[in-house]
Amino acid sequence: MTRSQPAAAHQPADAPPKLEVINITKLFPGVVANKEIDLALNKGEILALLGENGAGKSTLMNIIYGLYQPTEGQIQVDGRPVELHSPRDAIDLGIGMVHQHFQLVPVMSVVDNIMLGSESVDRGLLDRESVSAQIRELAERYNMPVDPNAIIEDLPVGVQQRVEILKALYRQADILILDEPTSVLTPQEIEGLFEVMELLRNQGKSIIFITHKLKEVLRVADRIAVLRRGEMVGEADPAAVSQQDLASLMVGRKVTLEVEKEPADAGEILLQLRDIEAFTDLGEHALRGVSLDVRAGEIVGVAGVQGNGQTELVEVITGLRQAAAGSVLISGQDMTNASPRRVTEEGAICHVPEDRHMYGMVDAYSVADNLVLSSYYKRPFSSGLTMNEQAIAQHAEELVARFDVRTPSVRNSGASLSGGNQQKMVVAREFGRPIRLLVAAQPTRGIDVGSIEFIHSQIVAKRDEGVAVLLVSYELDEIMALSDRIAVMFHGRISAVLPRRDATREQVGLLMAGAGAANEPASQ
Amino acid sequence: MATASTTTGFIRLLRALLIPFLALLAALLAGAVVMLLSGDDPLAAYSGLFQGAFGDGKSWARTIRKTVPFVLTGLSVALAFKVGLFNIGASGQFVIGSVFAVAVGINFDGLPAFIHLPLALVAGIAGGLLWGAIPGVLKVYTGAHEVIVTIMLNYVASLLGGWTVYAGGTQGQTPGPLWDRTAGAISETPDVLSSAQLPWLFGPPYRVHYGIFLALAAAVLIWWLIFKTPLGFEMRTVGHNMRAARYAGIRVNYTIILAMALAGGLAGLAGAIETLGLNHKFAPEFGGAVGFDGITVALLGQTHPFGVLLAAFMFGALDGGAAAMQFESGVPADIIQIIQALVLAFVAAPLIIRMIFRLRRQTHGDAGSAVSTSWSGP
Repeated sequence: MTRSQPAAAHQPADAPPKLEVINITKLFPGVVANKEIDLALNKGEILALLGENGAGKSTLMNIIYGLYQPTEGQIQVDGRPVELHSPRDAIDLGIGMVHQHFQLVPVMSVVDNIMLGSESVDRGLLDRESVSAQIRELAERYNMPVDPNAIIEDLPVGVQQRVEILKALYRQADILILDEPTSVLTPQEIEGLFEVMELLRNQGKSIIFITHKLKEVLRVADRIAVLRRGEMVGEADPAAVSQQDLASLMVGRKVTLEVEKEPADAGEILLQLRDIEAFTDLGEHALRGVSLDVRAGEIVGVAGVQGNGQTELVEVITGLRQAAAGSVLISGQDMTNASPRRVTEEGAICHVPEDRHMYGMVDAYSVADNLVLSSYYKRPFSSGLTMNEQAIAQHAEELVARFDVRTPSVRNSGASLSGGNQQKMVVAREFGRPIRLLVAAQPTRGIDVGSIEFIHSQIVAKRDEGVAVLLVSYELDEIMALSDRIAVMFHGRISAVLPRRDATREQVGLLMAGAGAANEPASQ
Repeated sequence: MATASTTTGFIRLLRALLIPFLALLAALLAGAVVMLLSGDDPLAAYSGLFQGAFGDGKSWARTIRKTVPFVLTGLSVALAFKVGLFNIGASGQFVIGSVFAVAVGINFDGLPAFIHLPLALVAGIAGGLLWGAIPGVLKVYTGAHEVIVTIMLNYVASLLGGWTVYAGGTQGQTPGPLWDRTAGAISETPDVLSSAQLPWLFGPPYRVHYGIFLALAAAVLIWWLIFKTPLGFEMRTVGHNMRAARYAGIRVNYTIILAMALAGGLAGLAGAIETLGLNHKFAPEFGGAVGFDGITVALLGQTHPFGVLLAAFMFGALDGGAAAMQFESGVPADIIQIIQALVLAFVAAPLIIRMIFRLRRQTHGDAGSAVSTSWSGP
């Protein structure tokens, strides 16, 4: 990847910064979310705000956007002190924010969403025409093509994000805050977003880019500010730092980004998939004849852009989705369309699900209850008639200690944990029992560097114990770092299986984009 | 939750009951305003209400008698709620339970009471179970929403109950199978045989039957089932997060059908107890209004079995005191229904209560959020 061009010199030497945060402190009951933070954003600059989950990035941005009032400190725009009591004040000052979870009305059109809250009215009626024209003009100028009349829910996530950015621009934003904008995007969409960001920057807009992904920061930022535990711990020049430096700055200790592992010692085949066909809930053909073997003691990484059948593949293996054709053999036993319980019990399989909130945990349950979610019915947790609360609590204490899940107590609710600790909780539950096959889908999605390092080392440890590991990830880096063999999925097929030592990023990237698919026999 | 110790559980229960308590208070105040507007004296009315509910032994007896069915229909709605289901059908399940119980109660002459009475009670439960299982099965296999189906089945149950005791028409239409042939033109069943009647705890004039113990036992049993057993864990998991339940290997469909059936069984038991303990017969007017009140009771009790006990007791007292209130103060007893409806409105809209009483929003995980998540079941 190429580094972006340095920022255009929009900032006259003597002019005040576009936005300046001076000595901001924000206290919540019992928590110092931001402590004496100073931050300046210049005109025509992309400033990356880097930090782990819970470092105080969102709090700071919500203060700038008028959602929170700072306990102490001041905000200046163009050198003038301002008071922000609501997002309305922020918008009036030219500050726009694209939230991680889009604030769009799914059933309404692009133009309706963009003018929502600042409707253009002509003789008492909504003036969609002129707004549409303005949207087209903005879209053209910033190279973000979008149909103003399209309905939001019909649009891909990447285009929805474009609408959010256009909404901010339509409201004359000069300062754009992008909160974790890449977490929902495919690699291609991410690159597209970066190009838009650079275009905006070159036309004089100022951007705060919030993320915890180091590679992206180095790719697109002009300047990097790092937050840790509510404090600004340093600034960095992307030309002069490495990912390693940034990670250490973020976490506050030395972090190994490379996964250390010995070559695999692969044994017998534990998971055998043959010609699997499956459909999505909407009836789309999701898996088109998938065959794959995973051996004991090896990690097979499934690479691919999200939505190429990975989700369905994992669901078929774990019993959550019916296979329309084909067979699933686990440890030699036919487990095609077996119930999830049978797959777990007889297949000795464990499953780290792709979406922990949707599948992996019950938010309202305590950590202890979450840790027995897939074994609550077994001794000693249940005697058949009643649950043994003491055994459940004791089991939780052990796992929490072993897997370093940070929680005040095992009685706290799962929802109260940070994302990284929630994931560690899921991993603790799944890894904490005897298994032969591990199916891990997006095991490090949306979690901090420290937790990623820990979970990666646990996966490798399982492999070294002789567990067969199927790893599904949309992060190519994760696939490259962990896999012994790489299977690339494209359009519901495994388009190639490569030994890791023969695979390059470029080659896998091309296969992910469908390059190898043309070489397949037409009969498939 | 399963791991919480009993002390923190008790404190949590108290905290969860704060909003319902304030909702009741607000409803009583609003009722007072209505009375003032119509020129009545709220103090006299509420004093009469209190006298009617707790004034003497007979008042207490009436309050307890009225509490019993509220407990069971409240538990019925609350149990379904825990599984993320909205049982609007307690009314119909109550009627079917009554009919099943009375069918056993008026037959089998000569059976000893220790067989006949339990048999009649079990028949009532079974009737409710069946009636409750129907919406469960339809939901699982056809996707029909339980709210719609249970509402429909209320009408079916009501008309079916009416038919079983139909006295026959003047043009020689066939009477219903349970109709009392000695009753002439009146549509009702014969009296339940004494061997199937619930015995009096305090006989006339108090008329408190042993049903109160059945209701208390049911509340403890349901509490134990929901919070202490693996089955309850499965039910709560389905209620909180159906996908996670499937992931965890829980048979979601089975759990849904079972929960609806058990909810129906509780309402059916309510019908059986009213029939075998109090009315000693079934007639169409012994219908299931108490089933609809079960929804309010369950919400007022924050869908917790012990909360339901308290809420049912409050409703029993309101109902029990209503007639005395009208007698003492001239305020129509109907005002009590207005108050009960306002309670539901305030419980369902806790934000209003928080605003009126200037409460701070509680942290996540309180019982209020459990109610709101249950509404959005698929």
